[in-house]
Order: sequence, then structure tokens, then C-alpha cells
Amino acid sequence: MSSEAQAVQDAASGAPAAAPETKNMTIIVTKGSLDWAYPPFILATTAAAMGLNVTMFFTFYGLPLLLKKLNLQVTAAGNPAMKMPMMGAHMGLPNLLTAVPGVDAACSVMMKNLIKKKGVASIEDLRDMAVESDVRLIGCQMTMDLFEYDKADMIDGINIGGAATYIECATQADINLFI
Amino acid sequence: MADHTLDAKGLNCPLPILKARKALKEVPAGGTLEILATDPGAVADFQAFCRQTGNELLEHSVDNDVYRFLIKHTAA
Repeated sequence: MSSEAQAVQDAASGAPAAAPETKNMTIIVTKGSLDWAYPPFILATTAAAMGLNVTMFFTFYGLPLLLKKLNLQVTAAGNPAMKMPMMGAHMGLPNLLTAVPGVDAACSVMMKNLIKKKGVASIEDLRDMAVESDVRLIGCQMTMDLFEYDKADMIDGINIGGAATYIECATQADINLFI
Repeated sequence: MADHTLDAKGLNCPLPILKARKALKEVPAGGTLEILATDPGAVADFQAFCRQTGNELLEHSVDNDVYRFLIKHTAA
């Protein structure tokens, strides 16, 4: 029977119409600095809000984003594109200066202030919203061993898995991102 | 007059969308949600959100840098 004929029959018999097929998205999260934490969490929460099933796989430097206590930092070192708005201009830091103790901390404070001032969500808030909207969070077992992280220090409700766990999700997904 | 109003003024991407999704859950099927926002990116985003989720964007307008969206809750 054609799907159209089936639909007609379902409608006639009063059976509920099949839900439109749910899309799936996966994101591999490999970076854990304040700036790099944004794209995966923004995309994951938004996709979930748009009705997609979302899986995030946290590996290498992305894994600490699952720690209960976050204190994310940003560095200008090796990032000539990082320029902050200041007194009507955009100011960057020469690489040499980025090595001065305290400069990274100052940059991080400055960026967090900007984030608050411009109505941008904190990573903590976005992560809470991801959990609330049933985004599946998978921590990489190998990274946990490699960098000696303990699941007890991570937020509740995460899964632990490896490459095969991710690949299985990815084969089912319409969108697969590596960030 | 909308059934619910969400004030998302001053919030930046993706918060207006995330809060609208949450607010829509409180709106009965067939009801309407009004959203006020100041994020200029919200215009394209609410159009895409509605196309993807199957909710109906009844109208959108801008007045004094405040964007107003009216969404009819037509999907799950």
C-alpha cells in the first residue's frame, strides 16, 4: 500500500497521523575555553528547541565542560582575531603581552562582563538548558582516563562512551558537527 | 490580543528562541504567543524556527527598535 493510501486509511479509521520524522544532530565538542564553548551549546540548545534530538560528545579539551564547577577562561595568545571593543575602537593584544601573568584572567573577566552586558547567556545557563531539553551528553571515556577526570566531579545525567558510541549516533543523524 | 506575551528584550541569540520554545509549551494548541525582542537577528531566526517546528508566524513588525512576533501554536 502506498504511504498516501495508508494515510487516507489512517485518517478514515481515526488513527493518529504519524508524527513528522524527528531530525537528529550530533556535535563533537573538542574545545573548552570560554569562547569555544559557545558554538556547541548555542547550536545544541537551539536545535533541541526546534525539535531535533541532539547528542553532544565531549572529548579532549571539551570534556571539562561537563564538570560541575566551571571557571572558563579565554586567551588572546595565538589569536590575533580576538579584539575587544574598547572606547569606540577594537583592541587586540600583541602575542608577547598575552604571556604576562594575569593577562588571560583580565581578558576573561572583560569578556564575561561583555557577555553579561550584551544579554548573551552564560555557558552555565546554556548547559542547564541543554540538560532541561534532553540533549544527550556523552563524556569520552578515553579522555577521562588520559586527563584523570572522575565522573563524580561531572554533572548528573551524563553518559560515558567512546568512539563507537558516537559513530552509532552519527550514522542516525542528519547533521554532524565537529567543533 | 495574544494569549501569552514573552518579553525577550535585551536578550541575545539564542535566548529569545529558547525562551519562546518554553513559553509556547504554556500556550494551548491554537493559542497565540507574542514575543517582544531587541535582537535584530531574531527576525530571520523566528521565521526559521516557525518553518522548522510547524508553528505559524502570524505577523512580525518593528517599532522603535523593538521587534514583535506573533506565533500561533499549531505544532507539538
